[in-house]
Amino acid sequence: MKQFDLKVDTLRELNQYLHDSPDNEVHVINPEGRHCVAAGVNHDADVTIDGHVGYYCAGMNKHAHITVNGNAGPGVAENMMSGVVRVKGGASQYAGASGHGGTLIVEGDASSRCGISMKGIDIVVAGDVGHMSGFMAQEGHLVVCGDAGHHLGDSLYEAVIFVRGSVGELGADCVEKEMTEDHQAELARLLAAAGLDYPTDEFRRYGSARKLYHFDIDHADAY
Amino acid sequence: MSDRGPDSAGVAIYNEPEDPSILKLSLFAPSGYDWDALKAELGQALDAEIDYAVHATHALFTLPDTDFDLDEWLRKEHPELRVMSAGHAIEIYKEKGLPENFVRQFALQDFSGSHALGHTRMATESAVTTEHSHPFSTGMDLCLVHNGSLSNHNRLRSFLRKQGVDIQTDNDSEVAAGYLMWRLSEGDTLKEALENALQDLDGFYTLAVGTRDGFAVLRDPIACKPAVLAETDDWVAMASEFRAIAQLDGVENAHIWEPEPATVYVWGGQ
Repeated sequence: MKQFDLKVDTLRELNQYLHDSPDNEVHVINPEGRHCVAAGVNHDADVTIDGHVGYYCAGMNKHAHITVNGNAGPGVAENMMSGVVRVKGGASQYAGASGHGGTLIVEGDASSRCGISMKGIDIVVAGDVGHMSGFMAQEGHLVVCGDAGHHLGDSLYEAVIFVRGSVGELGADCVEKEMTEDHQAELARLLAAAGLDYPTDEFRRYGSARKLYHFDIDHADAY
Repeated sequence: MSDRGPDSAGVAIYNEPEDPSILKLSLFAPSGYDWDALKAELGQALDAEIDYAVHATHALFTLPDTDFDLDEWLRKEHPELRVMSAGHAIEIYKEKGLPENFVRQFALQDFSGSHALGHTRMATESAVTTEHSHPFSTGMDLCLVHNGSLSNHNRLRSFLRKQGVDIQTDNDSEVAAGYLMWRLSEGDTLKEALENALQDLDGFYTLAVGTRDGFAVLRDPIACKPAVLAETDDWVAMASEFRAIAQLDGVENAHIWEPEPATVYVWGGQ
C-alpha cells in the first residue's frame, strides 16, 4: 500500500501516481480540504482518504473504489464513469453531477443539486438531499433515505428517484409514480450495494411526467 | 489562499480597545502620505489627543469618541482619503495584489482580536483597486464580504444614494453593504436587515457580515455560491472552502455543516 500525506506530498504527486500506477491500494492522509483529490483515476484502484476533501474529489472516476472518511466539498464524483465513491460524512452541492455510471454513496446528507444532470450514475444518500436535486437528470437512480428539499427532479428526463422521507415542492414535470415489484427489486439492489437496510416499501418513486421534454414512446429504448 | 487569484485581499479585525470610549478609524491614502500632518490637523479640529499607527498603505487613527461628524470633515478637508472602517473594535485593511503579499505587507501575524473576516477577491464586473476590495464597511463596527454578483445593483445604488447612503464605487458588493447600512439606520436589527435583503437583493450571493461582537451569514435562495460552517465549544468559523478552516485548532472535533439557502445565521448580539 502506498501512502500520501498531503501536508507533505503535493496533490499533483498523488494524482499523477493514481493516474500512472497500477498499485491498487492508496491511502491519503491530511487532505485538509484540498480540491480535486483523486480526480481522474482510470483503473481499478482502492483509494482511502482520511479527512475532509474540497471540491471535485473523485471527479471523472473510472473503475476505482474511493472512500472519503470525512466530508466532501462541491462536486464530489462529478462526471463519474464507473467504480464506487463512498463519502462517510456529508457532501456539498452537486454531488455526482452529470455522472455516467458507477455508484456514489453519501452516508451523511447531500446538499443542493445532488445528481444534477446525472446520466446513468446510481446515487444513494443515507441522509437528506438539498433543493433542486436530480435537476434535468437523464438516467440512473437517485435514492434518498432521508428527506428531499424543494424542486426535486425539476425538468427530469428518465432518471428514477426514490425517497424514503418527505419531499418539498416537486420540481416542474416531476411526479410521484407507482412503485412496482421491479422498482422494489432495483431499490433493494441499490440499498444493498450501499450497505443500507431499509424496507423498500418505505420509499416512494418519482419520475418524469414527460410533458416538458419531447418524449416519443416509440424511441423509449433509446433512453 | 493565494491560489484563489492575485486581485486583492482584505481583513476586518475586531479588537476591543481597553478604553471602550476610544474610536478607531482605518484610513487609506496614496503612498507617501503625511499622516503626521493629518494627526495635527484632526487633533486641532477635535481639540483632542489623537494617535495613529501606519499599516502599509493604511493608518489606524485612535481618538476619543466624539459627536463631531468625522465623515463630513474628512470628505470636505481630505477628499484624497478613504475611510475603510470606523468603530470601536473594527479595523479594516485591504489592498490589491496577491493575498500572500497583503499578509506580508500588513504584517497580519502581529494583529489579534476576538474575531475577524478575511476575503480574497476574484473580480468579475468592477475594477481591481484597493477601494473595490472587500471587506466593505457597512457602518460603525460593521462590515460585509460578498461572493456572487448582484443584478439590480445600479438601481439599488441610486435608490440608496437618495436615502443619503454614501457609496463610493461602482462595485455591486458595496451596494449590499450600503443596503445593510440603510436598513440598520431605519431601525432593523441585523437579522431583520438580512431578511429584508432576501427581498431586495436580486442576484446570487453568499454574504458574511461582521458585527462588534459576532457575525452573520446569508445565502441567496438558490445558493450556488458555496459556504461551509464549522463550530466547536471555543469558536465558530465560516468559509467558502473548507481548506480555509482546516488549519484551525480543534477542527477535527468541529461540527461542520453547510448553511441553508435563504436563512439568516447570526452569532453574537445584534
